[in-house]
Amino acid sequence: MTDALIPFDEALERFDPAMGLEVHVELNTATKMFCGCPTEFGAEPNTQTCPTCLGLPGSMPVVNGKAVESAIRIGLALNCDIAEWCRFARKNYFYPDMPKNFQTSQYDEPICFDGWTDVQFEDAAGETQTFRVEIERAHMEEDTGKSLHVGGSTGRIQGADYSLVDYNRAGIPLIEIVTRPIIGAGQNAPLVARAYVAYLRDIILALGVSDARMEQGSMRCDVNLSLAEKGSGALGTRTETKNVNSLRSVERAARYEVTRQAAVLSSGGSVLQETRHWHEDTGVTTSGREKSDADDYRYFPEPDLVPVAPAAAWVEELRATLPEDPRAKRDRLQAEWGFTDLEMRDVVAAGAVPHIEETIAAGTTAQAARKWWLSELARRANEQGVEIGELPITPEQVARIQALVDEGAINDKLARQVFDGVLAGEGSPDEVVAARGLAVVSDDGALGEAVDRAIAANPDVADKIRDGKVAAAGALIGAVMKDMRGQADAGRVRELILEKLS
Amino acid sequence: MSDLINRSAAELADALGNGETSSVEVTRAHLDRIAAVDGAVHAFLHVDADGALEQAAASDARRASGSPASPLDGVPIAVKDVLATRGLPTTCGSKILEGWIPPYDATVVARLKAAGLPILGKTNMDEFAMGSSTEHSAYGPTHNPWDLERIPGGSGGGSAAAVAAFEAPLALGTDTGGSIRQPGAVTGTVGVKPTYGGISRYGLVAMANSLDQVGPVTRSVLDSALLHEIIGGHDARDSTSIDQPLPGLVEAARQGASGDLSGVRVGVIRELAGEGYQAGVQQRFDEAVALLVGAGAEVVEVSCPHFVHALAAYYLIMPSEASSNLARFDAMRYGLRVAPAGVDDPSAEQVMRASREAGFGDEVKRRIIIGTYALSSGYYDAYYGQAQKVRTLISRDFEAAFSSVDVLASPTAPTTAFTIGEKLDDPLAMYLNDVATIPANLAGVPGISVPAGLAPEDGLPVGLQLLAPALADDRLYRVGAAAEALLEQQWGAPLLTQAPALSEGCVA
Amino acid sequence: MPSATGSGRAEITRDEVRHLADLARIDLDDAELDHLAPQLSVILDSVASISAVAAEDIPPTSHAITLTNVFRTDVVEPSLSAEEALSGAPAQEQQRFEVPRILGDEQ
Repeated sequence: MTDALIPFDEALERFDPAMGLEVHVELNTATKMFCGCPTEFGAEPNTQTCPTCLGLPGSMPVVNGKAVESAIRIGLALNCDIAEWCRFARKNYFYPDMPKNFQTSQYDEPICFDGWTDVQFEDAAGETQTFRVEIERAHMEEDTGKSLHVGGSTGRIQGADYSLVDYNRAGIPLIEIVTRPIIGAGQNAPLVARAYVAYLRDIILALGVSDARMEQGSMRCDVNLSLAEKGSGALGTRTETKNVNSLRSVERAARYEVTRQAAVLSSGGSVLQETRHWHEDTGVTTSGREKSDADDYRYFPEPDLVPVAPAAAWVEELRATLPEDPRAKRDRLQAEWGFTDLEMRDVVAAGAVPHIEETIAAGTTAQAARKWWLSELARRANEQGVEIGELPITPEQVARIQALVDEGAINDKLARQVFDGVLAGEGSPDEVVAARGLAVVSDDGALGEAVDRAIAANPDVADKIRDGKVAAAGALIGAVMKDMRGQADAGRVRELILEKLS
Repeated sequence: MSDLINRSAAELADALGNGETSSVEVTRAHLDRIAAVDGAVHAFLHVDADGALEQAAASDARRASGSPASPLDGVPIAVKDVLATRGLPTTCGSKILEGWIPPYDATVVARLKAAGLPILGKTNMDEFAMGSSTEHSAYGPTHNPWDLERIPGGSGGGSAAAVAAFEAPLALGTDTGGSIRQPGAVTGTVGVKPTYGGISRYGLVAMANSLDQVGPVTRSVLDSALLHEIIGGHDARDSTSIDQPLPGLVEAARQGASGDLSGVRVGVIRELAGEGYQAGVQQRFDEAVALLVGAGAEVVEVSCPHFVHALAAYYLIMPSEASSNLARFDAMRYGLRVAPAGVDDPSAEQVMRASREAGFGDEVKRRIIIGTYALSSGYYDAYYGQAQKVRTLISRDFEAAFSSVDVLASPTAPTTAFTIGEKLDDPLAMYLNDVATIPANLAGVPGISVPAGLAPEDGLPVGLQLLAPALADDRLYRVGAAAEALLEQQWGAPLLTQAPALSEGCVA
Repeated sequence: MPSATGSGRAEITRDEVRHLADLARIDLDDAELDHLAPQLSVILDSVASISAVAAEDIPPTSHAITLTNVFRTDVVEPSLSAEEALSGAPAQEQQRFEVPRILGDEQ
């Protein structure tokens, strides 16, 4: 069934959107939230479980102090107040991937609350806009296991014959960050949503508390959205679109719900309070479970855990460890590096800021660092479908390759072969140069012979140069470089040509 | 039958220490006794003869090499089936866990093993510790060794009966609202509920996490102290565990055994007497208190006005926590899985519902439903929230009382053992058995029940309950050991010597 | 719905018991509902008095002994083997717990 839609701009003429964003971030602690099991991604199924995270009878939780620390740091970075005293609570509901049939979470006493952050985005007219998003709370909880649905046609939950559950992920620490209703963004609402989630990702990466990979599920976003008659100031019935797994999808899902809900309301219907699923491939949301009063989670304080009461001194200690705000840092680096807005945007989009920063620290100029990371390495990462930071090369190695170019030992063309070698695991840049015999030839004997051959093969060009058309030397240089398979010192070749033809 | 079974754990430890006997002999004697009488008593759900004898042999080797692992190394013990035992079935008295073998040990079980106590087996209990008679076990009731037609108390009736029937010198119990102390009272044995947090709950299948405690079940106060020192103390796996050394419990028990209570102030709780208390229970309690006075104790009456609300608070908090704890029994990861009748290709949810319906008994279902109700939105404040406030009031009553006395005293249970089946379908009547024991659980303070004699009207055991401030478990041992010594002086022998002999080999 | 104010009798109807059993994922047949509903009413009635006992300003006690900030260091401890983890599973396949088909949404 296809939803009726109303064009976005038309929808915004009649309705005001209100959004709420719930983002779950999986922390990168070594162990789970309430037990000492490892959290490594990709282990064999059910090899990272213990009585506690399997919910075996008699097992008990113990809070991972590092997860509390990460939660507080996230809260501080989002300008939240940190609770002087808070507790964990049980959220009771039945689901096969949840070992205890309750999730140990926080209810009315979250560890972080009342925060805000200003997000920046470019509106449809290309103007940079700032919008304040208020944070209601950030709280600690645990992840569930993962189900594999077997049988049926799609591998999806619907129509499956049975499911297979792996509890390795059960109990991994999650921080859920919840905004207050985002009202007044109007037609920019989808852009605000995207900019907010992008900002969260940046700050979480800067804090170093999670790898925040939306495509791998270590950062997941639910988009709540409702529409109200324009100017009414009311809040409409909202839908909750689950597991929107990329920045682009956050924007698209919000847009889609605006157009869908506007059509429902415009035709005299009413929006169902329900969860909806975002489909990346088709770009639509579909109806999930209807929310009802039956969702009675029967929260109560977790009796197996004691309250968390972060001392003010500890909170201040953690505040002192906060990284520079990612946006301020970006502005500072752009100025230092002398990049244009466009260049900086590409660098940020490629996720190359920290790598370029470290390459520069290792002695490379900003432009050279940008050139290698964006032209060479970003392309390769893209081809391999990995993040730029996952390539097996360090900023120090990139800096060394540029140094070899600067020294004249290699040229840019050879440098690309050095990248090949380093990425193929052949060793350090110097080792690759030596092993592959990539050093530039600047020996006049060998170069002189090649120049002679080029002059002999191109008498017309040689004549032009003799006549003073020095610019024609390029063609002879190209011939020499070709002859020498690129390993010639181009500057010395030029000098030799001009000497011989003067 | 060997006389080894009649000895206390302390006596057995001495006999093992001086080479008079071996752990294998002691363990075999108890296994023989179990084989002879447990058909009638039904204290055990599972007996691990091979495992116990193997541990006994290892203990003998340690003693022979002069390096016993603990004072009780080699003394066998029975463990309530609510504690996880690696490699041994752990059912909690429920069909839903029939055949479940935990892949891990409860901390207290690990400590027993480290201390060298051979584990004889797992004892019967009300399903998930929900009951005061052990009749709610899915595997049939345990019978009181004093009268096989009567209940042994609950939920830990199996542990108490095992000790009372000389099937084990020691046992572990758990006490959420009286499940160690009340069975102790009605079987003429000693039971201790330690300070909340004093003994690790890791591996104790929770009924009500904020109330549950593991504790000793023995035939003497000194034996309880010896066992308490082995299983007690901080455990990093239990977040509610108290990170402080235990007070000297064995020392306190030895001191108390001198019978001198000079300078000790005892408060008799006004609210735990009168209506509902059987005449013979009250009489034996009053006599025991008089003995304490004779030993130099100063006895006063104290009032704990909020204790009258303890039962109501308990029956809201306990089912609330239990309803959530028992949600994990859903047929997905372990335990019973039942397909609903007449449903083709049932869903996970349908299987959960059918399995929980088939696997839980009536009392468990009642408490899950009450707990679900009390936690539901709209009722939380009125019920669970209020009950937690009443808990504060009860704690304040204790604080006020302990500002003027060292220990408090009351009868442990309002009546002696009733007959099997008498209250089975009258939940409220059953709940009233815990009226005197519940306040200690709500406030987290420690309590002990020691035998106070036999009620004249029915010849059945009565228990004297003593309560102390949190962390002052040593006071229970001092005053309890004194009461025990004074009473046994009067009786001329331990109370259990008056119990009828169980005919060996007969089945009830 | 039952009265929670302490004055009137707290009663719980058969339908409410059915709803609660549903929340708790227990199938109850008619005979059990007939049996349990009146017992539950009696129990609830006996505990309903609680709502009038404590004054507003009485703080709730959720733990008998007051402790705070009990944390574990973030150091890996040995896990169970997959065989141990799955040892109680009613059904398993591919080193995973096999469960019947799951209806409805993930939470």
